[in-house]
Amino acid sequence: MISTNTFRKIKPIIFLAIIAPSFLWTFQLINGSLGVNPIEKLMDNLGEMGLRLIIATLLISSLSEFKKLRFLIDIRRMIGLFAFFYVSCHFLTYIALDHFFDISFIIKDILKRPFITFGFLSFVLLIPLVITSPKKILKKLGYNVWKKIHYLIYPAALLSSVHFFMLVRANKIEPAIYIFIILVLLLYRFYYKVIVPRLAQ
Amino acid sequence: MKILPSEITPYKNYINRRKFIKSSVAAGVFIGASTTLKASHLAEDNPFNNQLDENDKLNTFDDITTYNNFYEFGMGKTDPSENSSNFNPKPWSISLEGLINNPQVLDLEKILNKVTIEDRVYRLRCVEAWSMVIPWQGFPLSEIIKIADPLSSAKFIQLVTVFRPEEMPGQKRRLLPWPYVEGLRMDEAMHPLTILSTGLYGHDLLNQSGAPIRLVVPWKYGFKSIKSVTTIKFVDKQPDATWSMLAPSEYGFYSNVNNNVDHPRWSQSTERRIGEFKRRKTLMFNGYEEEVSYMYEGMDLKKYY
Repeated sequence: MISTNTFRKIKPIIFLAIIAPSFLWTFQLINGSLGVNPIEKLMDNLGEMGLRLIIATLLISSLSEFKKLRFLIDIRRMIGLFAFFYVSCHFLTYIALDHFFDISFIIKDILKRPFITFGFLSFVLLIPLVITSPKKILKKLGYNVWKKIHYLIYPAALLSSVHFFMLVRANKIEPAIYIFIILVLLLYRFYYKVIVPRLAQ
Repeated sequence: MKILPSEITPYKNYINRRKFIKSSVAAGVFIGASTTLKASHLAEDNPFNNQLDENDKLNTFDDITTYNNFYEFGMGKTDPSENSSNFNPKPWSISLEGLINNPQVLDLEKILNKVTIEDRVYRLRCVEAWSMVIPWQGFPLSEIIKIADPLSSAKFIQLVTVFRPEEMPGQKRRLLPWPYVEGLRMDEAMHPLTILSTGLYGHDLLNQSGAPIRLVVPWKYGFKSIKSVTTIKFVDKQPDATWSMLAPSEYGFYSNVNNNVDHPRWSQSTERRIGEFKRRKTLMFNGYEEEVSYMYEGMDLKKYY
């Protein structure tokens, strides 16, 4: 078993491992080694990373309920903030590089295309989570209120994985796996937080 | 398939290709660089190349051959160039079938003896809203249709990609219903802009580009330009086409490039030319409106997308 203290020592390594791709891709973008269609590639990479990190936070929430894995909770906030970082970069790439700040087009695109609507909604849902992430705010709000706000991660995760699912032209296995994981975690939590307490009563 | 850089006609020469192609030296370069293109080669510039604008610069050989949608070799854009080395395009034959007077299996060599290879520099517009400018070598599809000699009942043609799961790893998975099929109405197939291509940049088609022979229909979205064609069937009814079977609400049979009809996933009003930063406006019929719009007069292109 890893103690919380040992795990804290590993934390900077995890931090670097998660931030590294963003530097790599920025370098590749400038360097011209991000393939033939670099903007599309960058946007795909950032979005996929964001979604994977969102799912990682969900996994941490559920896994850390096991005593032996409790130490994991220590990195949840960091991963969550990184998820928002990558999702924001994904969205910014769409605005700045893909459509070069053509705001009227972008608004129409968000309203018209369901997969973009879903992706945008997911991004919006993440904002309150980021705002309430500091410990001070948690204390101010109280854990119960804070927790309710943070359940928004589930609709955000579902929306972004459906966004990915709809975007892919064929062979939707990868996005389907993400949706499946999210649904399983959601059911698992629902069972333990709602069903089990009721049965106990 | 590895090719030496020296085998590829230099990019610089292609920039001013309209002048370039007229010189006899240039024709020599083309034929010399290609092994199966033993066919005679048209030395004059083709009038269909003049639809290009000043700012339509040719994409590089690398861009064209490393960014491909060819699911037979995988779904990623670089999969076709990475996974196609086991594909063997030689020898090759095309089966002409259906409502024709001369059904037969034609060796590619024989076909190439009968036709004159032309240079066609076309815009290629993908439904995913990116585009390229590609210097193809090929000959009008109408040449093959003349050999087949269709009956008057033949209203459409269907083209079929080869099915070789042992050589095409993507076909081992059900990414799409194999084999890939596409179709054209007879007047579209006979249109002089519609070509069967056997090469690009003066080099035989690489496997990832649809070796040894593929369709190019420049006013339609790229997926209509079916690769590694092995069968051409003449039929009386609109034939199946892979993408429009798979998602009929997204891909129609006609699939003409149309900046006014949006795709549910991609706005078709703009496109990113590979190699450029800012998007450019998509042109009606990909800029070939003058040549092809007469075929669709009176048709509701929002309905027949």
